[in-house]
Amino acid sequence: MTPDSDLIVIGGGLIGSALAWGAQRKGARVTLLDEGDVAYRASRGNFGLVWLQGKGLGHPDYMHWSIKAGQLWPEFSATLYEETGIDTGWRGGGGLHFCLSEKEMEARRHLIARSREEGAAIRIELLDREALSEIAPGIGPEVCGASISDLDGEVSPLLTLRALQNGFRKHGGRIVVDFTAEQVRRNRDAGFIVKSADGTEFSGRHLAIAAGLGANRLAAQLGLELGLRPERGQIVVTDRIAPFLRHPTNMIRQTREGTVLLGSSHEDAGFSTGTDMETVSGLCRAGTRLFPALRAARLVRAWGALRIMSADGLPIYDEAPDAPGAFVVTCHSGVTLASLHGLELGPALAEGHLGPAPRSMRSKRFALQTA
Amino acid sequence: MFEGRAIPFRPGQSLAGALMAAGVVHFRRTPVSGSERGPWCLMGICYECLLRVDGSDNQRACMTAARPGMKTERQDGARLDAAGEQA
Ligand SMILES: Cc1cc2nc3c(=O)[nH]c(=O)nc-3n(C[C@H](O)[C@H](O)[C@H](O)COP(=O)(O)OP(=O)(O)OC[C@H]3O[C@@H](n4cnc5c(N)ncnc54)[C@H](O)[C@@H]3O)c2cc1C
Repeated sequence: MTPDSDLIVIGGGLIGSALAWGAQRKGARVTLLDEGDVAYRASRGNFGLVWLQGKGLGHPDYMHWSIKAGQLWPEFSATLYEETGIDTGWRGGGGLHFCLSEKEMEARRHLIARSREEGAAIRIELLDREALSEIAPGIGPEVCGASISDLDGEVSPLLTLRALQNGFRKHGGRIVVDFTAEQVRRNRDAGFIVKSADGTEFSGRHLAIAAGLGANRLAAQLGLELGLRPERGQIVVTDRIAPFLRHPTNMIRQTREGTVLLGSSHEDAGFSTGTDMETVSGLCRAGTRLFPALRAARLVRAWGALRIMSADGLPIYDEAPDAPGAFVVTCHSGVTLASLHGLELGPALAEGHLGPAPRSMRSKRFALQTA
Repeated sequence: MFEGRAIPFRPGQSLAGALMAAGVVHFRRTPVSGSERGPWCLMGICYECLLRVDGSDNQRACMTAARPGMKTERQDGARLDAAGEQA
């Protein structure tokens, strides 16, 4: 039996959609399977930063990999726009990490020095209060300064997801929604079979598991122990306000439409995607310390979403040792890395290899740690 | 008061209701195209009936009860007060 596709991707979040889009546009026949609204879907609840400053310090492979993704974002966004007419809303021009004390300023100086020592291809500078007020007028009296990097940017994660899926379809890709993969196994002749509870099957020459928090149990069937766990983040959004913040920052961003996002918190709440008053008010307090005028703003919504965390917080790019051609892709910053997943990793997976993904990010590192 | 004109209302009536009863339908101008807008959903969802109320921008007239002495104005464009500019 010949498989129906060259690559099956399980999971239609930012990772799976980027992989599927990238593979399909390079000529592979791809089927994308997604569980739908019942699943935990980080891609629909995140903060939308393409964030590079300080990322991967102490983990050179991850650092260079992330920076490459940052460099690819303008091309990635432009390509999606050309193919679909959907603007991801990518905006570069430098990300700000605010400091509210001299101690925090010192910590940023240290981070900048380390980043330089480790050879990060990113320019990070420290702005004092005066320089910062020029590009971010309206900062509160407690703000001492900020670090700014040339590579950081922001996007609309929802429009990015939509552009990837529309683009994928336009290239002839097939999306199957409300499909919960229950079983993955090697096919007798070649490739893999993915089966749902009601017995529907899809077959593919290669398989990519990009199922977020749903990946643990699927990968386990191919002998990979991922140990992914949820970490909740809450985000608050205000009504629409005249543009006052033209830079993405670590705690606050203003969307093109004018709403202001404050986030994101970090907490262990199991699989709950709820919100709590203490966290929400904490986010609002933090926002009004940075920009006091926001006190007048109206809080319109708050939500919680689950990050997908590996034991060491680094991505996992792996191939099942006993089932070559079956891959797992998961990471903590799937918005930031989407460019690289789409433009480079997707096409490689369809050809049956991990392409440029760093070898140090295989899951066996966890087994070694606990041994 | 709307734009300096006294508007009658009954206790419990919403600002949007009182203004419409007094013949006001143009509540604001949009930030993007500058076109005129007025109440649409009347239940707090559509954000079309935004006004400046006692100096605060972006107040939903349909969700705000009319009170004596309230000063309301048309809102031209985007909310400025929360952007650090007191218009
Ligand atoms: C609050 C918060 C803020 C964040 N902020 C940022 C940020 O600013 N920048 C950044 O880069 N990243 C950010 N992230 C992380 C980013 O959102 C994730 O890394 C990214 O969305 C992961 O994408 P994914 O495709 O792996 O996961 P998901 O979006 O969870 O997608 C997984 C998909 O798999 C499907 N699925 C699961 N199980 C099955 C199954 N058995 N069969 C079929 N389909 C299945 C689900 O339907 C789902 O659509 C944030 C995350 C959170 C929670």
